[in-house]
Amino acid sequence: MSRRVSNRRKALVTVIAWAIGIAIFFPILWTVLTSFKTEAEAIASPPSFVFFDWTLENYTEVNERSDYFLHFMNSVIISLGSTLLGLAIAIPAAWSMAFVPAKRTKDVLMWMLSTKMLPPVGVLIPIYLLFRDFGLLDTRTGLVIVLTLINLPIIVWMLFTYFKEIPGEILEAARMDGAGLWEEVIHVLTPMAVPGIASTLLLNVILAWNEAFWTLNLTAAKAAPLTAFIASYSSPEGLFYAKLSAASTLAIAPILVLGWFSQKQLVRGLTFGAVK
Amino acid sequence: MATAHSRAAARLMISPAVLLLLGWMIVPLSMTVYFSFLSYNLLMPGMEEFIGFTNYEFFLTDPAFFAALANTLLLVGGVLVITIVGGTLLALLLDQPFWGQGIVRILVIAPFFVMPTVSALVWKNMFMNPVNGLFAYFAKALGLQPFDFLAHAPLASIIVIVAWQWLPFATLILLTALQSLDQEQLEASEMDGANFLNRFVYIVLPHMSRAITVVILIQTIFLLSVFAEILVTTNGGPGTSSTNITYLVYAQSLLQFDVGGGSAGGIVAVILANIVAVFLMRMIGKNLEA
Repeated sequence: MSRRVSNRRKALVTVIAWAIGIAIFFPILWTVLTSFKTEAEAIASPPSFVFFDWTLENYTEVNERSDYFLHFMNSVIISLGSTLLGLAIAIPAAWSMAFVPAKRTKDVLMWMLSTKMLPPVGVLIPIYLLFRDFGLLDTRTGLVIVLTLINLPIIVWMLFTYFKEIPGEILEAARMDGAGLWEEVIHVLTPMAVPGIASTLLLNVILAWNEAFWTLNLTAAKAAPLTAFIASYSSPEGLFYAKLSAASTLAIAPILVLGWFSQKQLVRGLTFGAVK
Repeated sequence: MATAHSRAAARLMISPAVLLLLGWMIVPLSMTVYFSFLSYNLLMPGMEEFIGFTNYEFFLTDPAFFAALANTLLLVGGVLVITIVGGTLLALLLDQPFWGQGIVRILVIAPFFVMPTVSALVWKNMFMNPVNGLFAYFAKALGLQPFDFLAHAPLASIIVIVAWQWLPFATLILLTALQSLDQEQLEASEMDGANFLNRFVYIVLPHMSRAITVVILIQTIFLLSVFAEILVTTNGGPGTSSTNITYLVYAQSLLQFDVGGGSAGGIVAVILANIVAVFLMRMIGKNLEA
């Protein structure tokens, strides 16, 4: 890593990299800025970047008019609920695959992964009809179930790659000291596994928060999370840029913050350990 | 040193995950297969009857299917080209030393965390709108006629939106791969007089080829199922000019209530995705020491 670089070259790279970085980020920046404008200013020509009357009225209006908080809470409950449920199912599975591998462990892992590759439209109709018949359409419970299932393979895989890195000798030692299986899991494994579990949780909350196939198809007004609520702005009435921006900013802000903390886990989680 | 006892326990711990995924895969998928052989419309309950491969015949000979297949390939291919080429260049750039590396990285990665409906609507309204969009403003400022992107180039516009969402993913993975490159090898080649292009073609690119393949395969899986971006921008139109297979199946089953035809389309989509999945699974399997 000791390549020496002249300051001139470094300055040049700095300028180019920042220009590109800002260009890529610009749509988000523009959305945030627009959310603080009035509707008239939002479509003003020439557009103003900073010198406009900053206002919070869009945020209050979005809240009052559209029950924004309900959809926000739906997003929180659905993404967190499906992640926690997924972890509860996946932790024992990943643990046993990492520490008590059998001949078929690899096959099981690969098969789990293959379920992730099933395109959602392949099962859209049966799921829709089953949900209709069981009264799960437009319910948070229904979405928690579906999102748990579609993300379960990723959770198992991520946990597996983390658990694999815990040295097996420690567990052997605990076993020699007479620890039973559950004591082993709770007192020895869990403390060492917490960072991996936390990363998995983080990435999975992000994926569930942004999921936009099942949330759009299985919800209407009641259980709609933010993905589906924002979609209602595709056929608006009257001026709406500033309100759309405010609603969007609120929807993406929490996940942007979480996302920036999870860059490394993202690579591991989304490539199934194929790139580290 | 697994004992018989711990093996049994392990099997017990694995079974909920396996059974759930098995149920998730087998039950709905076999229902889809079953429906695909029926004449089944939600508006005419109780009129279902077995009609063999007729749904497949209709779906596969429908001009909309060919349009959707072509659009799907263009969408996947277009986004892949932009994100792989752009991502490689960006990764090379971000791998250089410069001031504010951490911040620029954050700026570049950000679009990946924006939910699809938000990014599609922001691009549609605030950038591509022919009256109030920012692009229209710049066109007018330059004395040009504003262009109605989503009406006249709907698929290309959607490709741009989706590429913006996936460019960070490609960049991040390629950058990770790049950073594991042996610097000494690079320096040695530099001393031997290899120029930038030589080094890139003979050292960097071979080193990254594996990561590039992984990015291509994973993105393809997700891009085959692009849905929300199409739903909120064009609804697949005008006509079928921005309808992909996923959207076509959705429209057939949930907008026209043709369960039979939609199911046949769903199975076609599954087969298409499986062709890609086989390759991806092989790549990942090679890397797995379980």
